[in-house]
Amino acid sequence: MSTKPLLKVEHLTMRFGGLVAINDLSFEVHKGDITALIGPNGAGKTTVFNCITGFYKPTEGMMTLTHADGSHYLLERMPDFRIAAQAKVARTFQNIRLFTGMTVLENLLVAQHNVLMKASGYTIMGLLGIGGYKAASAASVEKAKYWLDKTRLTDRADDPAGDLPYGDQRRLEIARAMCTEPLLLCLDEPAAGLNPRESLELNNLLRSIRKDDGVSVLLIEHDMSVVMEISDHVVVLDYGTKISDGTPSHVQNDPKVIAAYLGVEDDEVEAVEAEVGL
Amino acid sequence: MAKVDNRIVEQSGPLKTGPMAALKEAAFAGLITFGLSIPIIAYGTRQDINNRLVLDARWDAVAWAVAIVFIGRLLVTLNAQRRAAGGGKLMRVPQSLQPVLGRLMPVLAPLAIGFLFAFPVISIVFSGWQGSTKWIDNFGVQILIYVMLGWGLNIVVGLAGLLDLGYVAFYAVGAYSYALFATKVIPATYPALGVWAFWICLPVAGILAAFWGILLGFPVLRLRGDYLAIVTLAFGEMIRLVLINWTDFSQGYAGISGIPRPSFFGIPFNANDNGFAATFGLEFTPIYRTIFLYYLILVLALLTAFVTIRLRRMPVGRAWEALREDEIACRSLGINTTTTKLTAFSLGAGFGGVAGAFFAAKQGFISPESFTFMESAVILAIVVLGGMGSLWGVAIAAVVMIGGPELMREMEFTKAIFGKDFDPTQYRMLIFGLAMVVIMIWKPRGLISTREPTAFLKQSKAVSGSHVKEGHG
Repeated sequence: MSTKPLLKVEHLTMRFGGLVAINDLSFEVHKGDITALIGPNGAGKTTVFNCITGFYKPTEGMMTLTHADGSHYLLERMPDFRIAAQAKVARTFQNIRLFTGMTVLENLLVAQHNVLMKASGYTIMGLLGIGGYKAASAASVEKAKYWLDKTRLTDRADDPAGDLPYGDQRRLEIARAMCTEPLLLCLDEPAAGLNPRESLELNNLLRSIRKDDGVSVLLIEHDMSVVMEISDHVVVLDYGTKISDGTPSHVQNDPKVIAAYLGVEDDEVEAVEAEVGL
Repeated sequence: MAKVDNRIVEQSGPLKTGPMAALKEAAFAGLITFGLSIPIIAYGTRQDINNRLVLDARWDAVAWAVAIVFIGRLLVTLNAQRRAAGGGKLMRVPQSLQPVLGRLMPVLAPLAIGFLFAFPVISIVFSGWQGSTKWIDNFGVQILIYVMLGWGLNIVVGLAGLLDLGYVAFYAVGAYSYALFATKVIPATYPALGVWAFWICLPVAGILAAFWGILLGFPVLRLRGDYLAIVTLAFGEMIRLVLINWTDFSQGYAGISGIPRPSFFGIPFNANDNGFAATFGLEFTPIYRTIFLYYLILVLALLTAFVTIRLRRMPVGRAWEALREDEIACRSLGINTTTTKLTAFSLGAGFGGVAGAFFAAKQGFISPESFTFMESAVILAIVVLGGMGSLWGVAIAAVVMIGGPELMREMEFTKAIFGKDFDPTQYRMLIFGLAMVVIMIWKPRGLISTREPTAFLKQSKAVSGSHVKEGHG
């Protein structure tokens, strides 16, 4: 583990009316780690993601993202698109959100919008054909090619994204997020609906993203073959509260986690609930 | 995957196969037509010699209507059944045609543009100096105005997926900007500009309309779908009502007359010694101006198309289309959806404003009556029928929607079929409506529903309309 956390979440609370979706959650994502956020259905995992990526404004709490140059970004104060553009946090969605009517290549080019926008002099220079837009455009295609290659989608580059099979769509969404050049990649159930072979492939892709591209990963996942295999650090949520935090093996043997997933004997309920803080 | 799903959904309705099922459905459609016909068609009223109101039964007309609907519905249902039975075989034919069409497009575009540039000459050759005015003005200029408006609105509705029901407001802003500048501001400040008024005001009108586009854009940024449609509709009406009621500013219903006509780059079109005809040693006829207006709107429309084509391949254009496909995904990729929407609104509005200025200059007189909701509806219908996002589709739809009803006036031969009293112009809106229904049955996603990708690695393949989203407003 490196010294300074990439993302530090402190006392994050999110209330929807009377419902407390996240209750005083604190955890850290370290640079170069694959951090997994797990928990039973309805534990508030996706809500945490939506808070980090700015789609929800948290009721309370502070989320600090630290870049390598030491600059801080307070995510709870930034609008969603700035979090992606400036703080460099990219995300995927639980229910895939591709631009289905655009080709695979176009999906990856849209992801490089901000770089290209600047290169085209906010459209005006590019429209007149002056400036470095042509070079930037070629570079963006090269970058798209790199990610197409890495996600094995090169053959489908000119097909509409909506035409791809489910597993390919999942990989394309990751490739698209990576084209924004993030420091932190947030994946919401990337292995959902994948077969065992595809899950294995996903593991390799995520490892490569961390190792070759130096991007830290935060993922929500139910598939324990993915979580336990690749994560360095696991945070377990239940009813919006953190119940365990540590290495995969530590979490696996934590009685609270076992209780949350498998339930407990009737006579132990009160004792466990008291421990969990309910 | 989505395509397969669509096919199942599309055909789950008429999947109960067999001619009996088709007959049943056709009979049901016929029954509905019969029910609707009784109050609408079955009885006509007229006054007799004693000024009494007489009811005329017209059951023969009802029978015709029911028979047409019955047979039409039967054919449509049988066709759908055959398609379903053929395992989508027939559905794939148009898709295999797409590459052919795609290859033809680069050839078709110069041909079409060449034809448009030659159109005035062709019409003069075929119908003479006098007769050609009608063709160039009523058909050429009129259609091209709507092509330009359709292409302008296409940026907002077709590319960015923002449903705008008040587009005519920007048309009005452009028209009134030019009219007021040219009749009031310029004569009061720099009367020397006189003949150049149009050329100075044309970009000004476009910029003013673009500002109004941004002004409308701000309040509607958070709205989607139906809500966006309602607010834009209200905006269109507001502009019109202000123009009617603020008489000091716009002279209300009376409108603004005596708007200066465009000059030939400083040379006015009149019979004077310094006029266009005299300068070029020609005999004066008003058709020179008509021809000039035709080429002017042609160039303006082509400029709209050129900008749209260029912008589609640039980040901002791709962001518009991505916005139409999925706004949340756009934001997750760091795209500022606020500015993206505003650029679409303002650019679309700007082209509308330029078209408006041209309209004012062409008519020489404008009043709020030219900018009713009906105009917005027609422009939107052109975009939707043409196929949202497709320049070709919009152009074809504009020709059909605007040229079609005009053409109906010309159809003298119908008198030979239906008798001497038949007046085709009276039926043009009916046939027009029928044509729209037919297009929606035959091509529910518009005439050209496929989308051309803006970039490709190996081969550009058209994206089937079933994947392309319409936007959520």
